[in-house]
Amino acid sequence: MLVHPRLWSFAIAHCDCDAFYAAVEKRDNPDLRDRPVIVGGGVRGVVSTACYLARLRGVRSAMPMVQAVRLCPEAAVVRPRFAAYEEASRAIRALMEGLTDRVEPLSLDEAFLDLRGTERVHAAPPALVLARFALAVEREVGVTLSIGLSENKFLAKLASDLDKPRGFAVLARDEAVERLSARPVSDLWGVGEAGRQALARAGIHRIRDLERWDIEALRTRFGSLGERLWHLARGEDARPVCRDRPIRSISHELTFEADLLDHDRLDGHLWRLSEKVSARAKTRGLAGRVVLLKLKRADHSLLTRRTTLREPTQMADTLYRTGRLLFDSVPEAGPFRLLGVGLGGICPAVDADRLGDLLDPDTARRRAAERAADAIRSRWGEAAIVKGRALR
Amino acid sequence: MKVSIERAALARAVAQAQSVVERRNTIPILANLLIETGEDGVSIRATDLDMEVVDRAPARVDQPGGTTVPAVMLNEIVRKLPDGALVTLSTAGQTGRLTVSAGRSTFQLATLPVEDFPQMASADYATRFEAPAGLLRRLFEKSKFAISTEETRYYLNGVYLHVAQGQDGPVLRAVATDGHRLARIDAPLPVGADGMPGVIVPRKTVNELRKLLDDDEAVIRVSVSDTKIRFETPLIALTSKVIDGTFPDYARVIPAANPRRMEVDAREFAAAVDRVATISSERSRAVKLALEEDRLLLTVNAPDSGTAEEELAVAYGDDRLEIGFNARYLLEIAGQVDRDNAVFLFNSSADPTVMREGDDPSALYVVMPMRV
Repeated sequence: MLVHPRLWSFAIAHCDCDAFYAAVEKRDNPDLRDRPVIVGGGVRGVVSTACYLARLRGVRSAMPMVQAVRLCPEAAVVRPRFAAYEEASRAIRALMEGLTDRVEPLSLDEAFLDLRGTERVHAAPPALVLARFALAVEREVGVTLSIGLSENKFLAKLASDLDKPRGFAVLARDEAVERLSARPVSDLWGVGEAGRQALARAGIHRIRDLERWDIEALRTRFGSLGERLWHLARGEDARPVCRDRPIRSISHELTFEADLLDHDRLDGHLWRLSEKVSARAKTRGLAGRVVLLKLKRADHSLLTRRTTLREPTQMADTLYRTGRLLFDSVPEAGPFRLLGVGLGGICPAVDADRLGDLLDPDTARRRAAERAADAIRSRWGEAAIVKGRALR
Repeated sequence: MKVSIERAALARAVAQAQSVVERRNTIPILANLLIETGEDGVSIRATDLDMEVVDRAPARVDQPGGTTVPAVMLNEIVRKLPDGALVTLSTAGQTGRLTVSAGRSTFQLATLPVEDFPQMASADYATRFEAPAGLLRRLFEKSKFAISTEETRYYLNGVYLHVAQGQDGPVLRAVATDGHRLARIDAPLPVGADGMPGVIVPRKTVNELRKLLDDDEAVIRVSVSDTKIRFETPLIALTSKVIDGTFPDYARVIPAANPRRMEVDAREFAAAVDRVATISSERSRAVKLALEEDRLLLTVNAPDSGTAEEELAVAYGDDRLEIGFNARYLLEIAGQVDRDNAVFLFNSSADPTVMREGDDPSALYVVMPMRV
């Protein structure tokens, strides 16, 4: 039973599925239901999601898999099945769209909803509408979620964390300010490591330290970040809930089971990652003008390279070839621990891959081959046709 | 050091030199100009480590010496001094500052030591020849639009200057391509240039070179080695490293026998392309050319803003053809034609198209079509 003096007046919600990937796995495989489940990749990979049973043992997302398995040896380790998560996410999204036209998805398992002005349509206040929605998701999709309800996005997101899992929390601004006061300033949205250090140099460590500053001084010293922090520390956030936040980049990366030195195998991974990025761009009708390459050295330090193409692409072939040029321009031989490929400068696919290359007359042929392979796969399945390169 | 220079001469030399200086520099001395006295004037030197320009200006030298001062600052000052003023540049030993005075204005500028200024190592130039400024200007100006900006194919980031076999014997040839357009410009081979190694002249050098080649009457001394190229007039010397790479075998990609010929007034054509392209928000959008019996129909279809079409009378006698191009590429290529009609030679809607200026064999352009 939820009682809050402002329960009926708030209309901005943050919905966050509980251990989403793990919940989908448990739904699809009843044997897993009462076991700790860790979703993640390989011995060397990291934890994507741990179910609440596994979390009780200290397993956290982004934790190296080795450590997770040590903490919880009886856990079932499951490789992620993104297709299933995407499908569940779409079903939840559809239910959300039934509540309001202002849905802002943050990821597969998280979204903001703006329910202002919907009370008459639903003949019920937002809090009630959301409670029914949570039950509908459990019934129809088979996963649970936690909802935070407040007056703005920042507070709603804080609220959804308060009562996890399967929770419903309402947070008013004054309560939030009290709760936030002692938390480190890096808990605020938009404060990364560099921001944290800059703030620390100014003596700002905890959120309450911001109260001593006036907005002008913060703006002068930290620019727009300073201004935003001043507002956030007071529980103020004017960002609207906007649907369809534009996608800025599409990328895939892979942490290897063991540091990889073999360039043939790296090349194989580069191709498969390029294919994945390309497949995502194609399903979304997007292309990109910037190709990004990411490498992690054995000591975890990061190495990135990027280049801008003459015209946007969504072709795995172009991504791979450009990625390969970037890889070859790296003056180190490895070994590498992680490889990532990305596409930036996103634009609609209609503008992509229309020009030929004089110096590489086979471009057109390779594109035609890729389109033909895509057509075969869409009919006969992913494995119906693969490049020899993909088997390396 | 103490020298007096007429303002206009100083302004020209400083402006030319400072354009080489990069606006953002991590090495402070590279933001400076090196001013040194010579026998009957001063030389003003600037470098970005890949290129070096030395400008000479006649001056009265009262006391020989040298110093380095911030390029942008000195340029601004000299530009704002009254026309016809006599400018005195002097350094007083202990302060380390350069005093710039003209009339009633006096400036004191911070300096950096002359010894810190990087000097470009001199090269062994295998080939030296002289060529009229107009000849070199045509080679570079007509090819530079096709220079690539792609970093991954760095060897395309310049104009490939080399000796080639033209229709009537050897020529001095400039080629640039970004994989989508290609320009190939020939000039009569200057005496002494025959053994010249082929070099890729970087884009920035090509742009700087423009100022040296302005005067049609001037004769330019060109020196070429495997690693450097140098252009000299009596007042300016520009030395540049060349791009260390192999230019692709461009001859392979120039279609030799495209059968379908269209002749069109280049200016009318460019104006029409420009007009129809207005409808597309981005210049990267495609213009479709539909050709049929002496008639060209240009169309642009931009999903969000609308459509445009224009008809042009052309000379064309082949089968019906539809082919798409990037509007900007088409404009740039048509803009190269200065006297004659533009002659387009097509094969199919997927093959590279050739453009020539009338019957002139000394200029040839290739452009890739776009899928429409």
